[in-house]
Amino acid sequence: MTLTKRIIPCLDVKNGRVVKGLNFESIKDAGDPVELAAKYSAEGADELVFLDITASNEQRATIKELVRKVASVINIPFTVGGGVKSIDDARNILLNGADKVGINTSAIKNPPIITELMTLFGRQCIVVAIDAKRNYEIKENVNIFSENEKKFWFEVFIFGGKQGTGIDAISWAKKAEKLGAGEILLTSIDADGTKNGYDILLTKSIVDNASIPVIASGGCGKPDDMVEIFEKSNVDAALAASIFHYETHGVKGVKSFLKEKKIPVRL
Amino acid sequence: MVSVAIFDYGAGNIFSLKNSLEQAGASVDVITSFDKPNVYSGLLLPGVGNFDPAMKSINENSKTKFQDFVKTDTPVLGICLGMEMFFEKSEEGIEKGFNVIDGEIVVLPSTMKVPHMGWNNLEIKKPGTILEGVDEGSWVYFVHSYRAKPKSDDVITAESDYGVRVPAVVEKNNFFGTQFHPEKSGDVGKIMIQNFLNVCKK
Repeated sequence: MTLTKRIIPCLDVKNGRVVKGLNFESIKDAGDPVELAAKYSAEGADELVFLDITASNEQRATIKELVRKVASVINIPFTVGGGVKSIDDARNILLNGADKVGINTSAIKNPPIITELMTLFGRQCIVVAIDAKRNYEIKENVNIFSENEKKFWFEVFIFGGKQGTGIDAISWAKKAEKLGAGEILLTSIDADGTKNGYDILLTKSIVDNASIPVIASGGCGKPDDMVEIFEKSNVDAALAASIFHYETHGVKGVKSFLKEKKIPVRL
Repeated sequence: MVSVAIFDYGAGNIFSLKNSLEQAGASVDVITSFDKPNVYSGLLLPGVGNFDPAMKSINENSKTKFQDFVKTDTPVLGICLGMEMFFEKSEEGIEKGFNVIDGEIVVLPSTMKVPHMGWNNLEIKKPGTILEGVDEGSWVYFVHSYRAKPKSDDVITAESDYGVRVPAVVEKNNFFGTQFHPEKSGDVGKIMIQNFLNVCKK
């Protein structure tokens, strides 16, 4: 046996509470992040990801308190991302107990930050989050794909998926790795929120071009979606949010299902 | 209450380790030099940072040598990088290690994804202090790019398979090392932390 596939619940945190967006519109309170972290950890989650979506000046203080509390109740690794703009922001997260820091927009705007963080804290701490979306306006120097006879490329988006960058996602993944990223958290904007399954083409394309671990994110609506992404790509981990909120699945239920389907998981 | 110290190289997060030791009932001091008297029942070398900066932080901040601080009676648990420092040298840097175990640290083969990151299982080679009560095949959390290559396999009590044989637990005299992170390895990690603290009590 070599490595297991990692199952990672994701918690979106706003002003210190876990929130759940419904079709990107209304946002619903889904509980206390520390309680949920302890619950998921006890149920057998392999890792946790917290995305802080608080957009305020109090963010740093909120994160610090959250990270310390979470670190004291779980004994599995966890990543904190969202709004990390500087080395100090990353330090604030790592020195308070998180194992990894996720960077997205700031890595695009200032790529050397990846190398600086890697040198200070080690490669394993640095998760570069890439949000990608199909762009059907073909241009030069991009990796072109086609589906249903339509050609497109994968464009990197920043600011929570709001702003296109014109950057090719596959080239960016390779560059991020070269600069010192330890892992890629890959979210498909096309798949996100659909609950129709992970974006297999995007995931496979990134995994096949990177030699660091990749986490697939966006589109998971049922345990079968995880089976599919693990069978059809060599991705290392699957991240999901909503499916774990339902008692019928839960982390343990999802992992038992994966094991039945011959996916190597830690149980 | 058993009193232990964590050596802080100043590179990263030692909160989880401190927390897991405290949860297991230890009192924990964080130290940044070996110059004060060793009043501890055990010492931990945590697993964060890079080889050269960590060795430098020890050599530059302490007049007292590591070996003179721990002698042959203070149990030491080295985690990941902390374990790698037990050896003579590492391909990660040019600084010398503590050289309390013969052998060196080499980079993982590029045929596999590096870092080796995630849950892998233990193949127990022989009984050992850290592994007491730990089942064959237990899952533990690894995150590393280098592995130990001891001169003698006698020091290896457990291995993991990652394309190559990765020594997962090593033991020699009062030196105990894990390539994985027990403080991040769920319930089985707790057992190992407790096993180490039990040695410290003796």
